[in-house]
Amino acid sequence: MDILYTPWPWYVSGPLISIIMLLLLYFGKSFGISENLRTICSIAGGKRFTDYFKVDIKSRIWNLVFLVGTIIGGFITSRYLTTSTEVDLNPKTVNQLKELGFQNPGAEFLPPELFSSSEIMSVKGILILLVGGLLVGFGTRYAGGCTSGHAISGLSNLQVPSLIAVIGFFIGGLTMVHFIFPLLF
Amino acid sequence: MKLIKFLGLGIIFGIILTKSEVVSWFRIYEMFQFQSFHMYGIIGSAVVLGAIGVYIMKRKNIKTYYKEALEIKDKEMQVARYLIGGSLFGLGWGLTGACPGPLFALLGYGYFPILIVIVGAVVGTFLYGVLRKYLPH
Repeated sequence: MDILYTPWPWYVSGPLISIIMLLLLYFGKSFGISENLRTICSIAGGKRFTDYFKVDIKSRIWNLVFLVGTIIGGFITSRYLTTSTEVDLNPKTVNQLKELGFQNPGAEFLPPELFSSSEIMSVKGILILLVGGLLVGFGTRYAGGCTSGHAISGLSNLQVPSLIAVIGFFIGGLTMVHFIFPLLF
Repeated sequence: MKLIKFLGLGIIFGIILTKSEVVSWFRIYEMFQFQSFHMYGIIGSAVVLGAIGVYIMKRKNIKTYYKEALEIKDKEMQVARYLIGGSLFGLGWGLTGACPGPLFALLGYGYFPILIVIVGAVVGTFLYGVLRKYLPH
């Protein structure tokens, strides 16, 4: 039963994710997490500002329920299925991050330099997380989908628009990590 | 009780994201440095098996659980929105190390500072809704 407690390799997780996507299709739904961001804005009163948030919330509840499940899943892993949060990174990655000023790359899921509560109190920390979040929300909705909607669902259905979106994901990600990180850290 | 199955699938999804370290900021950094196969293996195998599954479901004309046609829509062919929107999301993905699914799995895991990113993502969505009529699509 070790597999429950050790990190799962890609050949376990990737196929499981495709099964989730296919089961959602079988239940008449389409896998796409970022649609929930639109639903949340709609519920929060966004429809007073633009028609984009005038959506039929009832037909989207299933996805919010799926999202609540995702939160619970994270909780279950942390509570019952984890013995260590250490991430077994490429030593090259570890060295590069140390040079950027990260103390213990891979000791936890997230770097305390960005996500610890003391760092949060720093203006720079808050700004990085907030701007990052803005880009995630704005970008996924502009592109009409995120990793689940475009990379997994869209590419599985051989959609060229999704391929363009995924190329965009990498243009953005590579730019951030290679050109903007050296300026930020 | 139609909704309970979506709760179940969501729970499994949250467990997969955390158990396979997809939620880790470090894994995303490593992916964008091309220094590990892990993330490519996950997305790649999900897409290959997903494509085979979708092909079979379409080919065999499989109906949904509710005996309806499958919800497999073609995405509208545009370039600007996918390329620009995708790149903006990519910048955020590289910076915060989290795409929308992991944002919520991390919240459940107990990393509460991720709430700032979630708030940012909701505000970003709102801004897109308001500004979309001025943007190229």
